Amino acid sequence: MATTTEYTPKTKTGKIANFVDERTGGSAMVKEFGRKIFPDHWSFMFGEVALYTFVLLLISGTFLTFFFDPSMAHVIYNGSYNPLKGIGMSTAYASTLDISFDVRGGLFMRQVHHWSAILFVAAVSVHMLRVFFTGAFRKPRELNWVVGGVLLILAMAAGFTGYSLPDDLLSGNGLRIIDGVVKSIPVIGSYISFFLFGGEFPGTVVIPRLYSLHIMIVPAIMLLMIALHLFMVVVHKHTQYPGPGRTNDNVVGFPVGPVYAAKAGGFFFIVFGIVAFISGLFTINAVWNYGPYDPSPVSAGTQPDWYIGFVDGALRLMPGMLGNFSFEWLIPLPWGWNTLSLNVLLPALVPAGIIFTLMFVWPWIERWVTKDSREHHLLDRPRNAPFRTAVGVAGVISYSVMWAAASSDLIATHFLVSLNDVTYWLRVLFVIGPILGFIVTRRLALSLQRKDREIVLHGREAGIIEMSPEGGFSEKHEDLDVYKRYNLAVFEDRKVIPAQPDAAGHISAKEKRRGALSKFFFEDRVAPVTPSELAAAKAAHGHAEVEGSEQDSIGH
Amino acid sequence: MKALSQRRRHPLAAVALLLMGLLITGGLYMAAGSVNEAKAATGYTASDIEEGNKLFIANCATCHGLNAEGSVDGPSLIGVGAAAVDFQVGTGRMPMQMQGPQAQAKPVQFDDEQISQLSAYVASLGAGPSIPLADVLDTSKGNSAAGGTVFRVNCAMCHNAAAAGGALTRGKFAPALAGVSEKHIYEAMVTGPQNMPVFSDSNITPEEKRDVITFLKEIESQGSPGGAAMGSLGPVAEGLFIWTFGLGIIIAFTIWLTSRPS
Repeated sequence: MATTTEYTPKTKTGKIANFVDERTGGSAMVKEFGRKIFPDHWSFMFGEVALYTFVLLLISGTFLTFFFDPSMAHVIYNGSYNPLKGIGMSTAYASTLDISFDVRGGLFMRQVHHWSAILFVAAVSVHMLRVFFTGAFRKPRELNWVVGGVLLILAMAAGFTGYSLPDDLLSGNGLRIIDGVVKSIPVIGSYISFFLFGGEFPGTVVIPRLYSLHIMIVPAIMLLMIALHLFMVVVHKHTQYPGPGRTNDNVVGFPVGPVYAAKAGGFFFIVFGIVAFISGLFTINAVWNYGPYDPSPVSAGTQPDWYIGFVDGALRLMPGMLGNFSFEWLIPLPWGWNTLSLNVLLPALVPAGIIFTLMFVWPWIERWVTKDSREHHLLDRPRNAPFRTAVGVAGVISYSVMWAAASSDLIATHFLVSLNDVTYWLRVLFVIGPILGFIVTRRLALSLQRKDREIVLHGREAGIIEMSPEGGFSEKHEDLDVYKRYNLAVFEDRKVIPAQPDAAGHISAKEKRRGALSKFFFEDRVAPVTPSELAAAKAAHGHAEVEGSEQDSIGH
Repeated sequence: MKALSQRRRHPLAAVALLLMGLLITGGLYMAAGSVNEAKAATGYTASDIEEGNKLFIANCATCHGLNAEGSVDGPSLIGVGAAAVDFQVGTGRMPMQMQGPQAQAKPVQFDDEQISQLSAYVASLGAGPSIPLADVLDTSKGNSAAGGTVFRVNCAMCHNAAAAGGALTRGKFAPALAGVSEKHIYEAMVTGPQNMPVFSDSNITPEEKRDVITFLKEIESQGSPGGAAMGSLGPVAEGLFIWTFGLGIIIAFTIWLTSRPS
């Protein structure tokens, strides 16, 4: 029988669904995507938070574009905020004030937009930290890690262009710093600045230009990147923490339909609710406090939003002079003297450059050192990759020191210490903090691994002290159940791979470097418990793990 | 005239000329600079001054000297005027609890009459800024928008655009201005206490000072239109809030969503 009978649905909904399905083939897609499995873990949800805050940004941002006018034309403010009435300002600032005070719901939407923005970048950062510390960036996900890094940079770009739009004193000060950084680039810096600002800073064109970037170019690229990012998540499938029944070849969790569709949909509204709650009760970027931008005044406590803070902090930490050594050089050139302001150029570009470069290439560094080109779908517990965790913590510390330096003035006033001392201490921390952090973290991770090993071999301390007939005291150890033991015992064992000779028997310099790095990373390691070790430990214990059994003959 | 021209090549002629020039310039500057603030101690009785002197010797002379001439521990008070005393003593900064980067405000040690007597004594030592009249403190006559502009140009770099205070070098700081009385704000501007510069009447006119006070009082009384202001400290407070409170709530929800009934 080659003929198939046409399926005729009976209900009204069924008819509509069938109509659509026959024309789009949607049911195949729903079937495929609806049966995608996602593992359950709270740390997997930060990417979702980022996605949802991005949606909130699009919605609230669209609302704001209806009322915001990015012109830098001069107007006299005559809105309802009395302390600025009659003051000359740019149209951009006046329309921001109008959104805040004269558009119904405008202030709330502004605050939703700004709170979502800083929550967005925070969620992206935590998401990336999770991916890094669990090793989720390993093959086949290296490219998705890079796309994520690009998204972080785009998020910062979107944030900074948005921060500058209201044209108040705060955002103008921020632009002034950017202008200074651009001008510190040798030779071409002043030309770039003139090109960017359409003449001498601040000019009259920069706000409209930033507006185009902020509402069109940057979000469009971000949307593209997000699509790519999610597509790759679907292609690669989600990673999972190791556990009984979870292998490199399966995903244990719940399907999208109906569980995750409901959970994720609900979670969107939860995130929306949290942002709305915060926006309704807590003010953010009170533009009316700062007044219109004027290049002469600078307010105390002027800082960028948190995600640009580390660059500002690096600028604050950088000494202009080191003893008698000046970081400002005069370079003789055929056409005269050019200033090379290393005191601005170095802190503005180098730390961010190092952090982002290392972040992007880390998957390849790790792959090269470990000579590991297998696919990894099982995550590492951070303690089971002591080298990586230590490198990550060193990076987090150097970032955080710069980040803290951006609030050096507030640390000084709120903890009643000298601003100079805060700067000196942070300079010291910037140098030794990452090194100390690396050492301490690696030791902590190794110790935690030893503790895990101890528990696997000898069980958990039961808290029951027993006295033997001879009067000796010993503590009973209870064996773990097999599921818990699996989680502690099974992990990726990385060993030193010494430099290998090539086919001709020659060890290249590069291979020697790799060998040295491998030794540095993996020399100290704690091996996972082998089945024979476990069996030996059990034999030594007798049957102590069985409640009420005979006395442990070896004792502890 | 002949006598003068004969001596024009005298070895000391240049010195005499220089001295004359300096005296004239200095004299003119003194006259111009003090025309606004130099006010004799008016309205104080001799007994006020006498009582003030007694209080001064008992409470201030240790550092400022028996005749307010100053010592290594405290500056001379001759010519600082009644306004300086009224500010420093009236906000509790003086008598100073201990030497430090700057005098801290603390509970006021004297009653109004004693403060007035101390002011009278110090004002009697030399001409200086007097306590402002009610007219320049009347915020109903001021313009807050104009005051805001003056404030942002002259004050915000230390006190913060929202007058929330800010850090200076080596433990010094510019305090937050909420809760400071109109009179004390004015006195601070004309006398420049601690590390603050003096804003003379030729720099910021009394009317502009009144505008500044009006601005400060208005932003203080209007509250925060957008909800809790979190100290008006700007992006640092906001970032800290989202990383602790915001992400904290989010994490609580993620744990709830991924927990399984056991």
